[in-house]
Amino acid sequence: MPIANAPKAIALISGGLDSMLAAKVVANQGVDVEGVNFYTGFCVEGHTHAIRRRDQAKPKRNNALWVAEQLGIKLHIVDVVEEYKDVVLNPKHGYGKNLNPCLDCKIFMVGKAMEMVGFHGNPFDFAITGEVIGQRPKSQRKETMPIIARESQANDRLLRPLCAKNLPETLPEREGWINREELFGMSGRSRKPQMELAKQFGFKDYAQPAGGCCFLTDEGYSNKLGDLWTARSKRDYELDDIVLLKVGRHIRPNPRFKMMIARDEGESRFLEGYRKAYVSLRAADRRGPLALIDGEANATDIKLAARVVARYSKQQSDGQSIVNVNYVDGTAESVSAVPFEPYEIPDAWHVGA
Amino acid sequence: MARGSIETLKEVDATGTLCPMPLIRAQDFVRSIEPGDRFALLANDPGVYQDIPAWCRMHGHEIISTAENGHVIRMVIQSAGAGSS
Ligand code: SF4
Repeated sequence: MPIANAPKAIALISGGLDSMLAAKVVANQGVDVEGVNFYTGFCVEGHTHAIRRRDQAKPKRNNALWVAEQLGIKLHIVDVVEEYKDVVLNPKHGYGKNLNPCLDCKIFMVGKAMEMVGFHGNPFDFAITGEVIGQRPKSQRKETMPIIARESQANDRLLRPLCAKNLPETLPEREGWINREELFGMSGRSRKPQMELAKQFGFKDYAQPAGGCCFLTDEGYSNKLGDLWTARSKRDYELDDIVLLKVGRHIRPNPRFKMMIARDEGESRFLEGYRKAYVSLRAADRRGPLALIDGEANATDIKLAARVVARYSKQQSDGQSIVNVNYVDGTAESVSAVPFEPYEIPDAWHVGA
Repeated sequence: MARGSIETLKEVDATGTLCPMPLIRAQDFVRSIEPGDRFALLANDPGVYQDIPAWCRMHGHEIISTAENGHVIRMVIQSAGAGSS
C-alpha cells in the first residue's frame, strides 16, 4: 500500500517478465505505482480468444492484466491504434529486423505514459520501463537509452530499475524517492538475472514472449503487412486489416486480389464476422473453410479463387466442387470448380510464408 | 429512477470488437458515470470472461450478472463505490 504523498510512477506493462520486475522493484520502495498497457492493434495479447475454437475451452488471459493483479497495482489499458499508425508508417529511427519500429515505439509509449493522469487524479512524477541494456539488439542498447529518454521528453524522469546502475542517475534517485543501491545493473541478452529476481519475488507462471511484445517482430506477419502496402500502392492500414493479417492462410494469385482462408473452424467462425465487408467463398457440397477476398477480383479471378477454396476443402473422388460466392452487395452465385492440386498452387502465392 | 433496472441500464456495445477492446470501452465508460452506477457491457469475444472479472477485481467494480444469448455476452457491472477509482 503506497503511503500518502508518496511519489507517483507509471510503469509500462507489456505482460512480460521484465516490465513486471521493474514495476515491482519500484513499488517495493514505497512509490505509488500504476501500470499502463498500450493497445496498438499489433499486440500479441487479445485476438486469440475470438479466433480459437470454442472447444479449446480455456480462454487465454490478458497478460498485462494478470501482471498488474499479481503486483497489486491498477492498470490503464489505452487504445492508441490511430496514433500508433504514424509510428509504424514513419519511424524516424527505422525498423528492426522486420517491420518492428521498436525505438520509435518506445519513445512513443514513454511519452504517452508521461502525459497521463493517474487514477489518483494527478500526473506522474516519473515513468518506469523494464528495459535492459543489450537485451534487444536494436532497441535496447546503451546508445538508445538516452535517445528514448530525450525524445519522449521524459528526460531524467525515466527510470529503468533493471539496468539503472549502468546508467546516469535519474531524478527519482536524486530526489531520494528511490534508493539507487536497491536498483540493478543488468546487461546483455541473458535471461538468468531476471529469472533469479522473479524467483526472489516469488513470481511463477509469468509469460515469456519470444521475440517481442507484438506481431511486428514476426517475419511472416511483417511480410503480409508489406504485401498489403504493395498491393494497395499505399502505406496505410485500418484496424481490421491488421487483425486479419493474424488470421488464416493468405494467398495472392495476382496483384488484384488476395484470399484469406481459414485454417480451422475457429478461424472460419471469426471470418464470418467480415462477410458484409468482403466477398466470401465456401464449398457448398463438402466441408471446407471460409475464405475472404481482399482487393478487386474480376470474374476470372473468382473462378480461380473457387478452385483454391476447393483445394482446401474436403476432397471427394468426383474431382468437382460447387463453391458458393457471396458478394458484398448481397448477391450470391454458385461456381463449379475443379480443385487445384497442391502442387498447382505456387509457393510464391503464399503471402508471408 | 431505479438504479440499474432493465429500462434505465445504459449499454456499452462492444460486440464485433476483440479483446482488449471491450475492456477499454468499459473502462472509458466508467469514467463518465457516478460511483455505484450500473451499466451493461455487450461483447462477443469470450476473452471477456477472463478480462472483465480481473479488471473488476483490480478496481473494485462488481459484476452483477453475466448472461449469454446467442453469441452476445451481456455483463451487468456496478462501478466501484465512492472513494475507489
Ligand atoms: S516489439 Fe512491438 S510493441 Fe515491443 S517495442 Fe517493438 S514495436 Fe513496440
